[in-house]
Amino acid sequence: MRFSIAVIPLVLFAALAGVFLLNIDKDSSVVPSVLIDKPAPEFSLPPLPGRDKGLSRADLTKGEVSVLNVFASWCIPCRAEHPLIKRLSHEANVPVYGLNYKEKDPRDGVKWLAELGDPYASVGMDLSGRTGIDFGVYGVPETFIIDGNGQIRYKHVGPVTVEVLEKVLLPKIEEIKG
Amino acid sequence: MIRRFKILLGAFAVILPVLASNPVLAVNPDEMLSNPVLEERAREISKELRCLVCQNQSIDDSDAELARDLRVLVRERLVAGDDNQEVIDYIVARYGDYVLLNPPLKPETYILWASPVVLVVLALLAVFAFYRRKQRDGSSASASLSKDEQDRLDELLGTSKDDGKA
Repeated sequence: MRFSIAVIPLVLFAALAGVFLLNIDKDSSVVPSVLIDKPAPEFSLPPLPGRDKGLSRADLTKGEVSVLNVFASWCIPCRAEHPLIKRLSHEANVPVYGLNYKEKDPRDGVKWLAELGDPYASVGMDLSGRTGIDFGVYGVPETFIIDGNGQIRYKHVGPVTVEVLEKVLLPKIEEIKG
Repeated sequence: MIRRFKILLGAFAVILPVLASNPVLAVNPDEMLSNPVLEERAREISKELRCLVCQNQSIDDSDAELARDLRVLVRERLVAGDDNQEVIDYIVARYGDYVLLNPPLKPETYILWASPVVLVVLALLAVFAFYRRKQRDGSSASASLSKDEQDRLDELLGTSKDDGKA
C-alpha cells in the first residue's frame, strides 16, 4: 500500500515526460487547418494592375493538381521563400497560383514580382484579405496543395525551405497526382 | 527593509489604478457599429475568439492585422443578420475549434473537461484515505501498548503525582 502510493508521483512524472518528449519537435504556433480534405472556398479575385487574368476557384478545379501560394510584398519570409517557389513551379510540373495578400498599394505586388521574378501561372489580388480568411490564412506565407477536384489536400504554414520543398511538398504533389 | 517595502507598496498604489482603469483598446472607433446592441454583441463574440497570430489574446484585445480583419468580419456577419452562434460557426469553419478560447464539449475534448473533476475526486479520496489510516493507526497504537510500556507510564504518572505531593 505504502509502496504503491510512493510510485504514483513517479508514474505521473514518467507519463508527463513521455507526453513532452512526443511533442518536443512540434511547433505550437502551427495551427492545424480544418480545411484539409475540404473543397477550396468559392472565390474570384481581380488580376494585378496591368494584367488580364485574375484568379478564381475555377482555376483550381481543372482536373489537375495545383499549388496556391499566399504571398505579400511586405512579408519578409515571402522574399526568402521566393526562389523555392520558383523551383517548385519548375520541378513539380503543376500550375502554381499566387494569392497576393493584403497589399497596402495594389501595385506593390507587381513591382515585387518584377524585381524577384514571377513563377505564378496567374495571380489574384486579395486587397481586403477576405479570400485569405476563407482559406484560413493566418500568417503569410502559406502554401496549399489542391487536387484536381478543388479539394485542399495539404497546407504548409510559413516559408518554404529547401527541406520542406524536397521532403514534403514535391513528394506530396506526386502522391496526390497518383 | 520595511521602508523599501513601503516604497514598493506606494508604487503599486500609484500604478494599479492606472492599469485597471485604462485598458488599452484594440478596437478602433472606425470599426465600431453605430447600433449599440450589435456592437455589444460583436464585443461579446470577439472576446471568445482567439487571435491566431498572437494565440493567447482574443481578437478583441489584439492589435494584429488579422484580428482587426476578423473583428470587422464579425460585425459584417452581425449586420447581415447572423445570430452569435452563426458568427462563431462561420469563423470556426475557417480556422477550426482552435479559434475558440473556450474549447467546446465534444468527444475530442472530454478528457480536457473531465480532468478537473477527476482530479478533485482523486484528491478527496486521497484525503479521506489519509485520515482513515491515521485514525486506524492511532487507535491500534494505543491498543498495542505493551505491559512494560504500561508499567513505565504508570510509574511516570505515579512519580509526577508524588512530586506534586512533595
